[in-house]
Amino acid sequence: MLYRTAGQYKTSYEADQALFPVRQDAILLMVVLALAYVIFPLTASEFTFQTLLIPILIYSLAAMGLNILTGYAGQLSLGTAAFMGVGAYACYKMITLMPWMNPVIAILLSGVFSAGVGVAFGIPSLRIKGFYLAIATLAAQFFLIWLFEKWAWLYNYNASGAIQVPNLDILGVYVTGPLASSVTQYYVVLVIVTLLTLLCINLTRGTLGRTWKATRDMDIAAELIGINLMKSKLTAFAVSSYIVGVAGALFVFQWRGAAEPNLFEIGLSFEVLFIAIIGGLGSILGNYLGAILIVGLPVVLNIVGEIELHDVSLAVWVIIALVLGGLFAAAVSLRSKGTMIGVAVVTLLLVGYAFAQSRGFELHSAMIEHLNIMIVGSLIVFFLIIEPHGLARLWALIREKLIIWPFPH
Amino acid sequence: MTQNQGYTTADGRQIGGTVMEMKNITLKFGGVTAISDISFDIHEGEIRAIIGPNGAGKSSMLNVISGFYTPTEGEVWYQGAKRPLMRPYEVARQGVARTFQNIALFEGMSVLDNIMTGRLTKMNASILSQAIWLGRARAEEMANREKVERVIDFLEIQSIRKTPVGRLPYGLKKRVELARALAAEPSILLLDEPMAGMNVEEKEDMSRFILDVNDEFGTTICLIEHDMGVVMDLSDRVVVMDYGKKIGDGTPTEVRNNQAVIDAYLGVA
Repeated sequence: MLYRTAGQYKTSYEADQALFPVRQDAILLMVVLALAYVIFPLTASEFTFQTLLIPILIYSLAAMGLNILTGYAGQLSLGTAAFMGVGAYACYKMITLMPWMNPVIAILLSGVFSAGVGVAFGIPSLRIKGFYLAIATLAAQFFLIWLFEKWAWLYNYNASGAIQVPNLDILGVYVTGPLASSVTQYYVVLVIVTLLTLLCINLTRGTLGRTWKATRDMDIAAELIGINLMKSKLTAFAVSSYIVGVAGALFVFQWRGAAEPNLFEIGLSFEVLFIAIIGGLGSILGNYLGAILIVGLPVVLNIVGEIELHDVSLAVWVIIALVLGGLFAAAVSLRSKGTMIGVAVVTLLLVGYAFAQSRGFELHSAMIEHLNIMIVGSLIVFFLIIEPHGLARLWALIREKLIIWPFPH
Repeated sequence: MTQNQGYTTADGRQIGGTVMEMKNITLKFGGVTAISDISFDIHEGEIRAIIGPNGAGKSSMLNVISGFYTPTEGEVWYQGAKRPLMRPYEVARQGVARTFQNIALFEGMSVLDNIMTGRLTKMNASILSQAIWLGRARAEEMANREKVERVIDFLEIQSIRKTPVGRLPYGLKKRVELARALAAEPSILLLDEPMAGMNVEEKEDMSRFILDVNDEFGTTICLIEHDMGVVMDLSDRVVVMDYGKKIGDGTPTEVRNNQAVIDAYLGVA
């Protein structure tokens, strides 16, 4: 009912291939954009900006870059962090060599360098596939980290071996470095991420997207219907690495403020890969959902663990109850027993915790850290079991159900 | 019947000159000879069948035509010129489209997107134009969508255009695959066992589509098929292969009465 598509006729192919053929999708997007552009900046604290909003956006962008390569073009890569590093170092070198440069333009240009490096390391994909290609991209991961450490020119011969983001301004407003305010940094990230997301959506639904998906689904057939596989794979590496590089530049310039080579270790590659997989390979929306789960959830859990029961206002409890109730209702309508059980277990745990707290039970912060890791880990497993194709597919299924709700079919 | 002149079929259709010619094709995989010294031609507008018992080398022959295999010896002549060494995608861009014995659709995409991939060779908007979805990319998208819709109408698959290919039954998948090949507006259409695994009704449907394609678009068709009834009804001329050799070539009637062909199929007493 909420999502009823009946009555929305399309009379041209143009309308049928519009960005949002269903009106409700467009409305939902407007709400999200309003939240992101107006409500969050007005209400968020310094802490929220630095631990939730900015990192979630940057990780989403990095995952989107990887998703182009792995989810759309089917080329597995484990070198994401290294390509992020290339973007960050390229941006640093450009800004220190040409201090007059507009920092936003520098960030956008830094992707060009990572695109070049990505194409170079993508050449093995012309001969090898799957796990073997993943191993080949590991070469990029290790080689580039080594290069960031040993090539002193890259970090301007600093004694520390780290790069420090300088204070840079556009028309008097500091956008990078310690002097920049969180709101400004957030807006820079948000605008760039929005822009690149739009470009990605367009690329993946058009000619290039079909070329990539054909390559992913069956490369032999793709070649026999006239697709140049070399071009298809290398453009995927180029576009993907460009986005990942921009994400890397944002990572250092708009969030961390400084970077050492080990920031771009393989752990970061895996983190981005997890976001892409849990969010949903071959989906743009999934990257955001995945980033919210992987980056946002630990932070939220930490906050939840630290608040005392009597601190929590009634409003928050109402929200928690509504969210859990909503999830349960969705699970019932999807007839997913797993989800129902999962939501029930979470509810029981919350009630149990509330009860224990009321009896004077307290969690140590170290304990909270451990619990946090366990909860996030089990949630990842849980989501992958109920929907192996990721959160984006889960949303698609819920949306499909909503279109005919309240009727079963 | 001379090389570059057309002929008139039994049912009175006028067939054009040679569009593709295989000259002394030999294909070896290590010590195994899949095709040995086969020559035949395909005329413009005809339906040419390649038949033969299992393992005769029919699919290998089709793979040679579509550029997937490079013949060990021999030449492929296409539209009056010797075809140089080419990658399969270059052959496809020259106007040779094909379907596969085991359906080779892109399972992760919708029917519409699958058929649209058939037109990828016709689209050349720049990556920038595609990214901002304006100008050339958008115009191309719409123009090609229109062509694709015509194919969809032609093959009567309107109701499944937005369905993911993975959810379709076998017979429809075969039809979508034909649609993808047709969307490329090929000058030669290669069909590798278009009726394998189908029931009688589905075979009749598919036969009708093949005849319609040939009739309406004048597309030259080269097909491999096991169902003798279908082959004899559909094709204008038939090449018969056995153990990598050509044992017969001619109209269905000629082939049916060829002693070598009878021996290959029924065995020698």
